Amino acid sequence: MSTFQLLNGLTFAALLFVVASGFTLIFGLLRIVNLAHGALYLFGGYIGFAVATRTGSFAVGGLGAMAAIAAIGFVLDQGLLRFVRGNDLRQVLLTLGFAFILDDLALVIWGGDSFTVPIPQILRGGVRVFGVFYPSYRLFVLIIGIVVFAALWVLLNHTRLGALIRAGVDDAEMVEASGVNIRSVFLVTFLLGSALAGLGGLMGGAFLSLYPSADAEILVFSLAIVIIGGRGSLIGVGVGSLLVGLLNTLGQVMFPELAYFVIFGPMAVLLAFRPLGLFGRAAST
Amino acid sequence: MTGPAATIVVIVLALAAALPLVLSNYQVGLATEMLIFGVLAVSIDILAGFAGRTSLGHGAIFGVSGYVVVYASAQVGLPPAVAFVLGVIAATVLAVIFGLLAVRTSGVYFLLLTLALGMIVWGICLRWTQVTGGENGMRGDVRPAFLLTHRAFYWAVLAVVTVVSYAMWRFVRSPFGLTLLGIRDSESRMRSLGYNVSLHLFVGFTVSGFFAGIAGALYAMFNNFVSPSTVALAQSVEGVLMMIAGGVGTLFGGFVGAAAIIALENAVSAYTERWQMVLGVTFILIMIFAPEGIVGTLRAILTRKGR
Repeated sequence: MSTFQLLNGLTFAALLFVVASGFTLIFGLLRIVNLAHGALYLFGGYIGFAVATRTGSFAVGGLGAMAAIAAIGFVLDQGLLRFVRGNDLRQVLLTLGFAFILDDLALVIWGGDSFTVPIPQILRGGVRVFGVFYPSYRLFVLIIGIVVFAALWVLLNHTRLGALIRAGVDDAEMVEASGVNIRSVFLVTFLLGSALAGLGGLMGGAFLSLYPSADAEILVFSLAIVIIGGRGSLIGVGVGSLLVGLLNTLGQVMFPELAYFVIFGPMAVLLAFRPLGLFGRAAST
Repeated sequence: MTGPAATIVVIVLALAAALPLVLSNYQVGLATEMLIFGVLAVSIDILAGFAGRTSLGHGAIFGVSGYVVVYASAQVGLPPAVAFVLGVIAATVLAVIFGLLAVRTSGVYFLLLTLALGMIVWGICLRWTQVTGGENGMRGDVRPAFLLTHRAFYWAVLAVVTVVSYAMWRFVRSPFGLTLLGIRDSESRMRSLGYNVSLHLFVGFTVSGFFAGIAGALYAMFNNFVSPSTVALAQSVEGVLMMIAGGVGTLFGGFVGAAAIIALENAVSAYTERWQMVLGVTFILIMIFAPEGIVGTLRAILTRKGR
């Protein structure tokens, strides 16, 4: 693999990390497999695109996407999921129904054309790194990925909220029994996870472009990452994203038509030995 | 099967066989589709209702069978019967692969894994353009000459569906099926009783995939066309929705669910192109208000009255 492809893999992994970290946060703490996560990503991309082109500012687009997707997440969690709490299967299928609605809504509003979010002026063009000329925007995505990782690391390990989330992943009932309103921790996590999907949508929208089946593609990557990394583990998402991002790039170079298949191999091997993923732990319930 | 049950089966079959005599060609087509998707829904119910594992990958198994049938007959030029058999074999092989990986997991992980596996199949069908025709899919006249009319094909499908339904009924009632029920209710207890849980689930998955493959091959013959949307997640989801709408664990509720969803799709499509949105809303409403499904809810009402 050349340096250029390695960088491609790393930057793709960074994008996947931003999206999948939101997915695994929600899965880890709330035990909700949010299959609308891909649709939230796509919706975030479209909204970010709309805001960024209107205001002419990429950063405002990002904030807009995060706020809008957090709001949609609020509707999903408080408006619908509250009716099926405690039943895994019904929760998963409900989010799937929600994803269908979001996708179709996106098709109504933005049509079937593909959009590319405009990249801000300073990030256009390329820079020379490790002896290759590389697009600056993709390096920016890599930096954002690292920043998000660091921010989540600090949040989870060095704040009260983070401690509650970690405790909730292990045993939500015990946390509640010790006098914490776990419901509000759940809600904050759900909103945070959704906002990350929205941010991912904007970032991905600028180099993968946005089109009607992009949500399904990003969802299967997120699923693979969570299956590889394990439920609710930040390190797991990081390692999973790197693996999936690099393997996908390698696959595209070596077997362009079957690139999708290349993430399947490691997933299968892993499952045979560690059904809960690399960093996953058995649920206490 | 005892007296009254046998009578009901005969009446239902006679009614189903008489349908084409009173329906228009278009309606016969819809009825055929209901039967085919009914088999898919019931095949999913074998796992969901009797082994406690809901698969979101059966659309892919169903679709791969269709792809192989169309490819074998239209591109390779094999006779329809051979193509049909090859399609079912391909589906079964895919189910073996899915099953080997999926039986190690349960609950949400099973759902996730089958979903991811199904999406990989979808990705391959979409991207492997040389073989699958990519986004455009593949067209080909798959039906043998004597089944070209709507009515003849309907009767042929009804015959196949009758045999397949009997086979599925026997399967879940067999000692093997009862073991699956035991695994659904308590995996650890069955394991401590000395049953090989993984092996049972694996065989259950394969059998379920075999039946989904039959449905997929029939659908390819019905449609004469396959495209990535035949293997897409939406296909799996529709199958699961039909199964749930009918009632999880009721087996033949799948046919009721398939009929209800296809009738709804047909009615909605007359007014709007937003079927996907209606499907999503239906999904959410069923999850919140009627998780027992049509047959399950009816059964609950009947037992309440019977008391």
